[in-house]
Amino acid sequence: MDSVAEVEAAAERLTQAAGLDEDESFRVAMAVREAAVNAVLHGNGYDPAKQIGASFENNGESLIITITDEGEGLDPDKIPDPLAQENLLRGTGRGIFLIRSFLDEVHFRQLHPGTELTLIKHLSPAGNDRDGQDQPQDLDTK
Amino acid sequence: MALSIATRQLDGVTILDLSGRITLGEGSVQLRDAIRDLISKGDKHILLSLGDVNYIDSSGLGELVSAFTTAKNQNADVKLLNLTKKVKDVLQVTKLYTVFDIYDDEAHAIGSFK
Repeated sequence: MDSVAEVEAAAERLTQAAGLDEDESFRVAMAVREAAVNAVLHGNGYDPAKQIGASFENNGESLIITITDEGEGLDPDKIPDPLAQENLLRGTGRGIFLIRSFLDEVHFRQLHPGTELTLIKHLSPAGNDRDGQDQPQDLDTK
Repeated sequence: MALSIATRQLDGVTILDLSGRITLGEGSVQLRDAIRDLISKGDKHILLSLGDVNYIDSSGLGELVSAFTTAKNQNADVKLLNLTKKVKDVLQVTKLYTVFDIYDDEAHAIGSFK
């Protein structure tokens, strides 16, 4: 799980450099963490031979975070709704929902093999610290 | 910061004072073990004090739900006290805020078990 902590820390640096307030920074970093956990656990099945990838970009208008795994892929349309009454007391199944709740756009793309998750947080003009604009950064980690 | 758990008794209620993060690998298993231990010993009134829990993820939410359902199945109750803003935010988004009995005042929470 070291890679998850690394990705989470990188997301926090990105949101803070972009000038997001504490609440928004928490939400974005949490969503990124959930995506990384999914990649390690559900995507790669905790296989140490498989890697997850993470890239972080602030293009001045949005924060764009991409998480990839090397697993068998997932169909986001088949994920049960955790807010449905019959699922409310389930012990699992809230990760993707939190990601979608806390970000403005979430895109899934099937790789061969693996899944690429692109997470986008739009920056409001007032909250966008242009000085924090970054070049894309890549993290490749197990 | 990993999760630390301190246990105390007050008026027939077992209070777990939690501090740190409840996340996969950083506290969710500790919480599960603590709750199961209490329920296996026959504790019926369990109050989770979350005032010093500054982070919970989907795994931690799952553990809270499991604690709730495990307790219900044993005719016990797990209630929550003093949510931080971040934990409250996540519980509201996931609608779990409507599942748990949640209190801001310890005396009131303890009285609710009677």
